[in-house]
Amino acid sequence: MISCHEAVRQLWEYLDNTVDDIDRARVDEHLARCRRCCAELEFAQELRRALANGAAVEVPPDVLTRLHQTLEELGP
Amino acid sequence: MGDFRDLARDQLPRLYSIARRLVGDDAEDAVQDCLLKAYRSYDQLRDADAGPAWLVSILVNCCRDSGRASARIPQPVDFEELESFSLFRKIAYEDPYPYSDSLHLDFLAGFGPEDVRAILLRLPKLYRVPLVLVYMDGFLAKEVARMLDAPLGTVLARLHRGRKLFEKELWQYAEANGLTREVRP
Repeated sequence: MISCHEAVRQLWEYLDNTVDDIDRARVDEHLARCRRCCAELEFAQELRRALANGAAVEVPPDVLTRLHQTLEELGP
Repeated sequence: MGDFRDLARDQLPRLYSIARRLVGDDAEDAVQDCLLKAYRSYDQLRDADAGPAWLVSILVNCCRDSGRASARIPQPVDFEELESFSLFRKIAYEDPYPYSDSLHLDFLAGFGPEDVRAILLRLPKLYRVPLVLVYMDGFLAKEVARMLDAPLGTVLARLHRGRKLFEKELWQYAEANGLTREVRP
């Protein structure tokens, strides 16, 4: 079984589905037996959620007006 | 092919949102720059369905160039030290909320969307760009590699380091803004 260090190093890639099948199976095997690394996996998921929650930004109305103006000046 | 203005108008909120997270206060300039460049090369776009992603790709490259002349020299990153940093362990070790049953989740709950964006802007652009595009806008790493004209392995390595830098900045930001001290009633 891989070490905690090795499992943790791959957690984000594991969540991103960018590990190959062999590494995924190794991380799965480790997680099945290690509660601490499961907690770290949950934390990584929450971190991803926190990042995603920062995504929405409203365009200020004056900025939107200026951008529309630029488009009108550019033409079709 | 449809009207350039129709495509761009539909995408303006998304373009501004991405630019704001990539270059902060320079977002409007970056979007203006993107509109001009996209307009000039619109005849090269063959597939109308690819229009939105094509615009984002142009925007990302405008954002990479944005502020280049006036940019401060980024602090050198100690990658060995960075690689050994773990926010999970740091929180457990420092134990900022001794009365909490869910220490790690409580720590993250202290950060609002504005905090997250402020922290991202503290990262070098090299790492910020892939983090924003993958974890905020849902692009695949291979799509980001195409946008940046970089090998996939390079983008994956930047994502790895970017995540580590983000974790480290989260902790430093929390310390600087009093988020590591429990407010007790």
